[in-house]
Amino acid sequence: MERDAVSERAAGPRQSRRGFVNWLLGTSVGGLLLAVLYPVTRYLIPPETAESTAATVTLSIRPEDVAPNSAQIFRFGNQPGILVRTPAGELRAFSASCTHLSCIVQYRDDLGRLWCACHNGHFDLNGRVVQGPPPSPLETFVVNVRGDQIVVSRDA
Amino acid sequence: MMIRVLIGSGSLLILGGLAAPPDAAAQMPEESCVSCHSAFGDAPLGEPVQAYAADVHAAKGFGCVACHGGDAEDPGMSAMDPAAGYIGAPERDEVVLLCGRCHSSAQFMRRYNPALRVDQVAEYRTSVHGQQLLERGDERVATCTGCHPAHSIKPPSDPNSSVNPLNVAETCGSCHADPEYMAPYAIPTDQHEKYSESVHWQMMSEEGDLSAPTCNDCHGNHGAAPPGVGWVGNVCGQCHSVMAELFGKSFHARVFAMLGNPGCATCHENHDIGRAGDELLGLGEGAVCGMCHSEGDSGGEVALGMRALIDSLNAHYEAADSILAKAENAGIEVSEALFGLNEATTALVSARTAVHSFSLDSVAEQVEAGLAATSTAYARGEEALGEFLVRRLGLAVSVAIILALIAGLFLKIRKIEQLT
Amino acid sequence: MATIKQRFSGVWAWLDERLDLAVLREIAEKKEVPVHRHTVWYYLGGMTLFLYVIQIATGILLLFYYRPSAEDAYESVQFLMAEVHFGWLFRSIHAWSANLMIFTAFLHLFSVLLLRAYRKPREITWISGVLLLGLAMAFGFTGYLLPWNELAYFATRVGTQIMEAVPLIGPYMATVLRGGDDVSGATLTRFYAIHVAVLPMLTTFLLGLHLFLVQKLGMSIPPDVEREGGAKGKMNFFPNFLLRDLVGWLTALAILAALAAYFPAHLGAKADPFAPAPAGIRPEWYFMFMFQTLKYLPAHILWFEGEAVGILGFMLAALILLIVPFLERRSGRGEPSRLFSWIVIGVIVYIVVLTYLGYAAEPMA
Repeated sequence: MERDAVSERAAGPRQSRRGFVNWLLGTSVGGLLLAVLYPVTRYLIPPETAESTAATVTLSIRPEDVAPNSAQIFRFGNQPGILVRTPAGELRAFSASCTHLSCIVQYRDDLGRLWCACHNGHFDLNGRVVQGPPPSPLETFVVNVRGDQIVVSRDA
Repeated sequence: MMIRVLIGSGSLLILGGLAAPPDAAAQMPEESCVSCHSAFGDAPLGEPVQAYAADVHAAKGFGCVACHGGDAEDPGMSAMDPAAGYIGAPERDEVVLLCGRCHSSAQFMRRYNPALRVDQVAEYRTSVHGQQLLERGDERVATCTGCHPAHSIKPPSDPNSSVNPLNVAETCGSCHADPEYMAPYAIPTDQHEKYSESVHWQMMSEEGDLSAPTCNDCHGNHGAAPPGVGWVGNVCGQCHSVMAELFGKSFHARVFAMLGNPGCATCHENHDIGRAGDELLGLGEGAVCGMCHSEGDSGGEVALGMRALIDSLNAHYEAADSILAKAENAGIEVSEALFGLNEATTALVSARTAVHSFSLDSVAEQVEAGLAATSTAYARGEEALGEFLVRRLGLAVSVAIILALIAGLFLKIRKIEQLT
Repeated sequence: MATIKQRFSGVWAWLDERLDLAVLREIAEKKEVPVHRHTVWYYLGGMTLFLYVIQIATGILLLFYYRPSAEDAYESVQFLMAEVHFGWLFRSIHAWSANLMIFTAFLHLFSVLLLRAYRKPREITWISGVLLLGLAMAFGFTGYLLPWNELAYFATRVGTQIMEAVPLIGPYMATVLRGGDDVSGATLTRFYAIHVAVLPMLTTFLLGLHLFLVQKLGMSIPPDVEREGGAKGKMNFFPNFLLRDLVGWLTALAILAALAAYFPAHLGAKADPFAPAPAGIRPEWYFMFMFQTLKYLPAHILWFEGEAVGILGFMLAALILLIVPFLERRSGRGEPSRLFSWIVIGVIVYIVVLTYLGYAAEPMA
């Protein structure tokens, strides 16, 4: 401390350079800390979709928004899914990719079936092929209602 | 006692010619036919007994007498006395009537399988086989036992059945693919070979999709005949309904009918139907439109136009898909954009279907919907890759900080070492 | 300024009273680094250590999202890369830093070999160092599988199959390592346990020993420098050498950040044990020379399987490497050992050439 004070008075220009070095070091160490801490903090805060979307998806559709004998398309990862409320009031979910050539299927309330417009494929409300070219049933998902959230998951 | 009464009535019925169906319960006990014939082992006279054990009729309780007549209670050779109703091995033309005794009777069949049809004999009379046999007396054509081997008849659902979907082509081919056997009829014998290269057989044999068509799905089974040129579209339309409908409404349908072109098969072949691809469209190599149309005529223009539309959607789809794959590989979230791309898949498939209307406008409508989806997806891909810029900016800032720190350290080291 | 310094010295005094920090200060002040034309090689150990610290830090971060099961592993890494903020950064840095660490560890090993730093009394330092390199490679081998993607799956399958060729114990070792007869979900769990628990524990122990010995024995001056009249001078470890170390570390950090931003770690397709092996499976580059050697060996050498001979050969080579200080004693006596230098250079050339061939030749089937 003493010596610092002495040299401060003794060598002005050198001191200012030394001050600059310390300032540079201090600032850049601070900057580096920020540059490391910022990504780490952002990383540790869980992203909005708090779980991997591979196996489960929480829909933005509320259960009461799906009337009986109607359906809505939802996004399951990068694949379309379709949430159907059967005329009896039960919620069911299927992959909305037709098993024939991957067109998106839709719900036909006049038939009570899932229908692919591309080649007139029909599926019943268990996903089974009723008519048309699809070679295999639609993949069925598990639907759980948690309060006013609908959670759709792949069969384990 | 009960048994005796029933057997009595059974014999009576057979005595009355091949008119009325026998009664299954009558054949329940061990028959004298079986006890003698099984002594022949594998020899021709023993073989039917061995095979019959697995026959669907045996499972339902029918015995030898049900078809062959005779008295199964009589342990001696007199069991096969024609007086006891014994008819031996029925002649080919008799077989149809023999089977028809039961299978044409709704009352009778209802007791065993209410869902089974009872019009096989009626259909058979309309078939080429039936007409050859019943009208021309040609004994070489197929009758019931030609496809359903007597003594080992199994329902179509049984994988070992000769008429299980996977075995039908083989069964029909046993005559139709034999050039020597078919020589008198002067019809092609390459159907089985062609079919085994078709997309239908591929679906059935490789993918195990038993709903894919085999011979009888287009030709009928008991009423087997070549589909008429005019209505082949209805046959294909059983499954390919959208295409058949579009085609039916199109100008081509009328012109093809006039020219005698066989509808779908004109472009897609009949037995060796391949997987239809975009190469069939247009005027280039492998394109079927070029068979009639050429560049300059209006049909050729439409063909080229449709191909160009589909190609452009294809190209845009590939571009969007690859830019998104690139972004995904770099760890950028693009599932929403990939999800949007599913709409383009739907549009592409629909556009390929719309080709069967031969209307440029309906293809264009689908392609435009698809292009809207691909351009959104592509834009999102570009946006996502733009995140790279953000990353590089972040990198630049970090590197600048590190460089400043390194510079500071250099100065510090120099200063320290100047002091010492 | 002064008040901060005062406060700092207050804290220091408080801690010193309780922890006897003066000893640390003494060690730091006493530790010196000889200055001569080979001083630059002294930085490699510190560099490897720095990269190891990066590995620990990023590894811990990755643990926050990684799920070690065949069903979830790939998806969790995908989630980490795509959804988690800066997930790509930490995974990419982890992957790149692993490669750089093994690279600098190799450089460190060869520089120590050529500068004869293993000679008495540093035999234990050498042995612990060679073992640490082995651990680093084990880290690489086990970590490679964890994302459960196609390439990793098949590379691990080939890697563990090679292990089976070791006579007698090979099949047993491979089964224990894989948790079964083939690479499966059980293997993933085992590799995970080894990667995040077993290896770090062993490394902590060996690294502690290694650093303690380096501290206790000081820096070795190469015999040829000593023969030329010793080092030019000395440098204080603290702060002079450490500040230079810092410059190197910061440079490494900047390089890692750049590699992560420009060449992020890829994920590829999820492993499918029932799919045919894709083309282009390669082991990590640091196993390439061994892998390539095994490829060149004939199917049978005398009465033995070529692969088994090759593996035994590499095991023998590792053993020889481990006991180098006891085999090469000339430099310990201060005599020049030119032949040994040539052997080391030969080994380096062999590794470089075989690695090159491994990448130039067509990928394994």
